[in-house]
Amino acid sequence: MTQKKVWIVPCSGIGKTYGSVARESAFIITEDLRPEKTQIMPLARLVPDDSDVRPEIRHASSIAIDGCKLSCAASVVAAAGATVIHALQVLDVYREHPDLKPAGIAGLNEGGQKLAAVLAEKVAALVDAMEEKHNA
Amino acid sequence: MPELPRKKVGLVSCSGEEMPEGTITRLATRKVLETLRPGETVTICLPLFLAGGEGERSFTRCYPTITIDGCEKRCAAKGTEQLSSKPAVSIVVAELSGAPRGFGTARRLNDAGMEAVKTVAEIIAKNVDRLLSKNPGDREREV
Repeated sequence: MTQKKVWIVPCSGIGKTYGSVARESAFIITEDLRPEKTQIMPLARLVPDDSDVRPEIRHASSIAIDGCKLSCAASVVAAAGATVIHALQVLDVYREHPDLKPAGIAGLNEGGQKLAAVLAEKVAALVDAMEEKHNA
Repeated sequence: MPELPRKKVGLVSCSGEEMPEGTITRLATRKVLETLRPGETVTICLPLFLAGGEGERSFTRCYPTITIDGCEKRCAAKGTEQLSSKPAVSIVVAELSGAPRGFGTARRLNDAGMEAVKTVAEIIAKNVDRLLSKNPGDREREV
């Protein structure tokens, strides 16, 4: 794996609890689980024509975490020119763990926190697999 | 007589996850929407807006919009103008807070960060009133 960190791009939605789960999982990955291999990339930074990350976009590998099926994060990342290696959705993980029902937007409930942790573990495994593939 | 759609103000926060100021924009926007000016504001889903949501873009073309950015990069304001129309008001948290202060982290704001949420929410609310041509006296009379 090169020195470049994998971009973790959460959907940034503020209207639904699933967006909050996406965001929290991105924090867990980039701050707790794989801080040396990942960095969070706010979706809004990818859009302005004069964005300071424009020069990096083409060379960036990213994992998009969307709250819902609209897949806005994955769409915006791809439209900006970055490579979306993996695109995950909170709803898919929730279907696998229906006991972890998320609630709250400004602050997640316990179910939402746990769901974010499960999702973060999945993403961490994907990051590790990307590294292994790169080193193979 | 047909009932015309009520004028509302759209709020677009940058929600920047890499700095506490981004979290302040998000929480302040929610505070305005839920507590300070419910019924008079809507949040524009930034990801959907950026991804091409026609409903979101149409709203920002037809109704006044306030963008709330965490830093001078002004991603929300630039994105709104680039993809739809110029926001009526552009607020930047980093410019409001004066000297650099510790607001905690993007993940967890500290007390100063939560205080900034209140301050920014009040600034947004005042601008909502202005855009809807209300003054504080009108609001007191409504209550």
